[in-house]
Amino acid sequence: MARQATTTDAFNAVAEPRRRQILDVLAGGERRVNDLVGVLGLPQPLVSKHLRVLREVGLVDVRREGRERIYRLDAASLKPIHDWVKDYERMWSDRFDALDEVLEQLKEKEEGSGDDDK
Amino acid sequence: MTFPSDTQIQITREFAAPKNLVYRAVTEPELVTRWWNAKRGEVTTCEIDLREGGKWRYVMVADEGGYEVAFHGEYKEIVPNERVVTTEAFEGAPDPDTNATTNTMTLEEHDGTTTLTVLIDCPSQFVRDAIVESGMEAGLQDAYDLLEEVAISLR
Repeated sequence: MARQATTTDAFNAVAEPRRRQILDVLAGGERRVNDLVGVLGLPQPLVSKHLRVLREVGLVDVRREGRERIYRLDAASLKPIHDWVKDYERMWSDRFDALDEVLEQLKEKEEGSGDDDK
Repeated sequence: MTFPSDTQIQITREFAAPKNLVYRAVTEPELVTRWWNAKRGEVTTCEIDLREGGKWRYVMVADEGGYEVAFHGEYKEIVPNERVVTTEAFEGAPDPDTNATTNTMTLEEHDGTTTLTVLIDCPSQFVRDAIVESGMEAGLQDAYDLLEEVAISLR
């Protein structure tokens, strides 16, 4: 079966708003397919299709309970995305830490020059 | 760091200093040189012509790899100790000036603590993603809504 290459990694899998919605729901705990259909208000085949994509990239796990298939979020697989945003954030954080040091030195200097005036 | 819209990035940080000092630290070349490197290299050029229409340019040589990272821009609005609006172009990007962002920095002081906010307005969502992505494979549309809610489950 031909499949778009766009579904092969977690980044692309979460680019689809409906799939993010599914992950949001699963972030609150595991759900049966029918529960997801109810919460999302989408046709069951569409929900199943999105779940399959999410499973293929490891963002969700499935287990069977009788005839039911129960899905849950695999949070660890979201880590690359989390790290990816964090990198940029860390750069600014390091920058601001350095700025903190500069400000401390400026404050000391200002207090120092204040004393000189007295 | 938050994403107020598909084309924006907002960064906020509090500093234990009055806003006139924060303003000096972000506008005086000899002070900017000491923090803009984010401890990742040495700032080798820091030119600031602090007036509306004036230009700035920062260059850093990275400790790791020794490559140069250069940014430049033009000041659009300056309210001393309060607000600076400037364009910011990354010289390593294709078509730097077309893909430049507009950054609005505001300073608010409360009880001796200054909150610095930078709102980065990108010309497109693609540019926004490329900035955050910094070097990784392109193609993500918007993972951030998800992250805000789900990142918690990673802790």
